Amino acid sequence: MRTIREFEERLHQEFQSGTVPGFLHLYSGQEAIAVGICEQLEDHRDYIGSTHRGHGHCIAKGVDVKAMMKEIYCKKNGVCGGKGGSMHIADLDKGMLGANAIVGGAPPLALGAALTAKTLKTGGVAVPFIGDGAANQGTVAESMNMAAVLKLPMVFMFENNGYAEFTAASYATAGSIEARAKAYDIPAVTVDGADFFAVYEASREAIERARNGGGPSAIEAKAYRFWGHFAGDPQRYRAPNETKELRENHDCLKHFAARVTQAALLDQAEMDAIDVEVMQLIEDAVIEAKADDQPDPQSLYNDVYVSYN
Amino acid sequence: MSLKTYREAINEALRQEMEANDRVIVIGEDVAGGAGGSAGGAEAAGGVMGITAGLATKFGRDRVIDTPITESAIIGMAAGAALTGMRPVAELMFADFIGVCLDQIYNQAAKFRYMFGGKARTPLVVRTMIGAGMGAGPQHSQAIYPILTMIPGLKVIVPSNAYDAKGLLIQAIRDDDPVIFCEHKGLLGDSCEVPDEPYTIPFGKAAITRKGDALTLVGMSRMVKHCNEVADRMKKDGIDIEVIDIRTTSPLDAATILESVKKTGRLVVVDEANPMCSVASEISSIVASDAFDYLDAPIKKVTAPHTPVPASPTLEALYLPTPAKIELVVRELLDY
Repeated sequence: MRTIREFEERLHQEFQSGTVPGFLHLYSGQEAIAVGICEQLEDHRDYIGSTHRGHGHCIAKGVDVKAMMKEIYCKKNGVCGGKGGSMHIADLDKGMLGANAIVGGAPPLALGAALTAKTLKTGGVAVPFIGDGAANQGTVAESMNMAAVLKLPMVFMFENNGYAEFTAASYATAGSIEARAKAYDIPAVTVDGADFFAVYEASREAIERARNGGGPSAIEAKAYRFWGHFAGDPQRYRAPNETKELRENHDCLKHFAARVTQAALLDQAEMDAIDVEVMQLIEDAVIEAKADDQPDPQSLYNDVYVSYN
Repeated sequence: MSLKTYREAINEALRQEMEANDRVIVIGEDVAGGAGGSAGGAEAAGGVMGITAGLATKFGRDRVIDTPITESAIIGMAAGAALTGMRPVAELMFADFIGVCLDQIYNQAAKFRYMFGGKARTPLVVRTMIGAGMGAGPQHSQAIYPILTMIPGLKVIVPSNAYDAKGLLIQAIRDDDPVIFCEHKGLLGDSCEVPDEPYTIPFGKAAITRKGDALTLVGMSRMVKHCNEVADRMKKDGIDIEVIDIRTTSPLDAATILESVKKTGRLVVVDEANPMCSVASEISSIVASDAFDYLDAPIKKVTAPHTPVPASPTLEALYLPTPAKIELVVRELLDY
């Protein structure tokens, strides 16, 4: 969770300095959701499908942080050779089917990963992350129906961060997301996305159900987006004190720290040591990303078709 | 070797590849047919045109999967399954429905290999039906393959006969990239000699179906049949027309077309699709760029007009290129 937070906060700074190409959609505030479920997924048999706000999902699923940073800088040694950028990071070896710049793009692909798991009997599970905006896309309704009909091993992870771009979910989303899943006879719960333990527990149950042949589940995690829709978004749609209030009262990292120290699972010194390690990793990642080469000009033409030699 | 229809050749290709590799699965609307029906799940259809008939009985419903009518989820699911180790063949009942799921084809499947830095393989086949001539109207009759041909990352196949259909489909199923396989509904019942054993035809290799030196006639899908007919008729007048069946619009075998035009000096391209930004216009452009000095006459296209496909059989007959229309243009060009 700390790695995601520092990765994102640092990227925000770097973006302002003009060194990061393209668009950047930051995940800060939502870390407990990605980590709460991905902690329980395996690299090889379990898959996630992500969103345009995908850095946190990638890190939680184990994608190399330095290769990610290089990719966001669109450099040669980025995880996708600089051809994907922030919104298309994928690492199939880690079961990461790709961030997806198309809202509602990932759930149908996750159906496919779940179908593979079911057909090959791997015991694997597929998890599409779906924002509250994507929840209104037809692909999501189609995917829930298909998953229920074919009893696919899936967990639909809805991250309701309150805004689809600039438009509030309270305006754009009729009824509730949880109720929509239930209408397909998919077991569904709503949890506080700032509470790592709540996400973890709901995910544990859903993953277990999927692995045991019980079919799909859905989780609606109430999420807290600390930044705007994209880096640079002036956020005029938000009340002036809204993000301040979120950072003070709905920070999953603060919540996590309070819980683990109360329960004497970790002490402050141990957490500080983790923070130091994370800060160094992110610093190194940015330095290496900036120093990395531009992609080879010839690579523009690579990987469109298989060559027939 | 025996006489088989285009429909039977496709069915045989699917059956043989499913026998050879248990990762090959078939997904689509009614591909088994009858799932959940009162007849107890008997195999009732095999797709709307019966092309997948018998596969569910042979391979089971875990490998021949009836889906809800939900094209985005079908194509997306197939793309995701391909990305994670399966070799799915998705049936998109009519190519006209591609609008519903185009995102999953061109933003997702077509992009994986490239945008994931060359590390993804997407061995996905989308079988779909094109073509007018049945009075099926504007939303069930289009030859929509130019839209797909212009998308990098997709291979687009337009077989004109049963022999090619089998060999190209087996090639498609064994291919590691997304392939759109366009079956013409007007060819389903046509038959020719087709080997019983599996074989492949490489993509990007056109077939010269008639040899000649007077003029080059390039066709695709059902139009090849018309082109051959015109060439046969004109041969009786002592005129040898060369006919090229491009077989695949992407990759496109420009070399064979250019070589032929350099020999004949004249080109007519026949394409059932609408003419603007079409495969016919692309071929015309390539020849104008790379064989201009060899041309003895302007390049001509024979295509549908730039209109939707009308339902009226009278209007539809006017819409479609026919052997008579092709012959007229060919003779005009020979007199140029």
